[in-house]
Amino acid sequence: MKNEAVKILQKKKKTILEQWSTNQLASDGLRDDLISNEDQLAQSDELLTVFLNALTDDNIEDPASYDFEKVIDILSGISISRAKQGFSSRETGVYIFSLKDALLTVLQQEIQDPTMLYSQSLKINKLLDNLTVITFETFIKGREEVILRQTDEISEISTPVIRVWDGVLALPIIGTLDSSRTQIVMENLLQEIVETGSSIAILDISGVPAVDSLVAQHLIKTVSATRLMGAECIISGIRPEIAQTVVHLGIDLSQIITKSTLSSALKTAFQMMQLQVVKKQREKVSFSKI
Amino acid sequence: MERIPILRMGHFLLVTIQVDLYDQLAENLESDLVHMVKKTQAKGVLIDVSAVSIIDSFMGRILGNIANMSKIMDAETVVVGMQPAVAITLVELGLPLKGVYSALNVERGMQLLHSKIIFDQEEEEAEAEGDDDDHSIE
Amino acid sequence: MTIVKEQDVVPFRNRVKEYAVKMGMSLVNQTKLITAASELVRNLLKYGKGGNVKIEVINQGRDNGIRLTFVDQGPGIENIELAMKDGYSTGKSMGLGLPGTKRLVSEFNIQSSVGKGTTVTIIKWKNG
Repeated sequence: MKNEAVKILQKKKKTILEQWSTNQLASDGLRDDLISNEDQLAQSDELLTVFLNALTDDNIEDPASYDFEKVIDILSGISISRAKQGFSSRETGVYIFSLKDALLTVLQQEIQDPTMLYSQSLKINKLLDNLTVITFETFIKGREEVILRQTDEISEISTPVIRVWDGVLALPIIGTLDSSRTQIVMENLLQEIVETGSSIAILDISGVPAVDSLVAQHLIKTVSATRLMGAECIISGIRPEIAQTVVHLGIDLSQIITKSTLSSALKTAFQMMQLQVVKKQREKVSFSKI
Repeated sequence: MERIPILRMGHFLLVTIQVDLYDQLAENLESDLVHMVKKTQAKGVLIDVSAVSIIDSFMGRILGNIANMSKIMDAETVVVGMQPAVAITLVELGLPLKGVYSALNVERGMQLLHSKIIFDQEEEEAEAEGDDDDHSIE
Repeated sequence: MTIVKEQDVVPFRNRVKEYAVKMGMSLVNQTKLITAASELVRNLLKYGKGGNVKIEVINQGRDNGIRLTFVDQGPGIENIELAMKDGYSTGKSMGLGLPGTKRLVSEFNIQSSVGKGTTVTIIKWKNG
């Protein structure tokens, strides 16, 4: 056997595990608020077992070998779950670095010949470095998933469709309107139109910071889609600055019913539905149908 | 040959498209419908597309054609019950179906047609008598 | 699969839909993809006198998608830039086909040489 390290490491598994936990305890990577000691030990034990089982004389020099697939799987699982639990990247990195330290320490104890020690350490080093890179990659991937989920949630909560009257929906848009956002707005709005059988939808854009030609295009699209469904769409909440930019940019909104406030849009909606708001004599305000 | 059935409901014609149309079927529908408009002196055409999952530019053009042809024969066309996903796709495609009215469902479509068409009392009586020749030109 | 006649269009659309449903694509994206596919298949029949279509499931990072490749041996397109313009058509259609299709999908690629044929590739990602 060329690579003595393989045998030594496999034999000394228990020592390595002990050494590794000691290293972990010593480092600042241990977060007993996020993961219990027992869990961490079990995790480490599983990883080490699989790693040592996969390690053979041939693949010690080949980190890309298929044999390490399972190791990488487990490692990925650990880093992704750590990313989600809120570990920092340093803490996750240190976890795998401390394994390297443990392995090297054991090799140092076992191999007497300096040349041998050097070459074996170098190989293990390379192998572990590769695993570290994978850890970081998956850690970042885990983080991205968290961000992605949050983005979804934000777009979900930021586009509520409100039923302001029988047959009238209002949709306050807050924040910038980009194409993916428009998509969600459109989907929600049209779905709600179908479900409630509403004939008028009011898009209130008082919460939209700026309307450029792209945003205007998105608005026009939404209005067209609403009309295709057989409902009318009113855009309200046009602030003076928005009116100015729209005209200066030469955007044509003449095909769309636009109102400055939500209340005037609602009035228009009532008119279209042939409803009238009247003050009841001696009593509170109420609405009646003619 | 396979055909889409056209139902007559008083002054209106109702077409319910239940299958995915291939081109020949759609073209047949177009000519059948125009002939039916002439034959029945219909004042309105309702096309129910609630079961249609895809409207591409060809189908869109057929719908537009039907509307324009009916229009010059004095009948209004209302497309009813379009799926939200289909509406969004049509808009992205750049096909706003100009000249076609739309409504949420058949009932709304009927209401819309009634509001668009002011019926003459005499005309309705005449129609009831089955005397169709007097009002081909309005 | 091979598309040579009009009646092939509907089965093809159903095939695309199957793939999209299996992937868990949202209804709107499904509809967009199928509409785009329908437009391109129509072009394939009209200008290319039929041709071949390939449906593939692809993934890039965490995003899955469907890639459709339309190959015909038709006359080809002389001026692609012009063909991609809204409202331009050599046939009697509305000229929305290609530019409209491009708006419906995530990625759109067209290659054509006069006399040899045209290849159009579109990709629609599951979330986009």
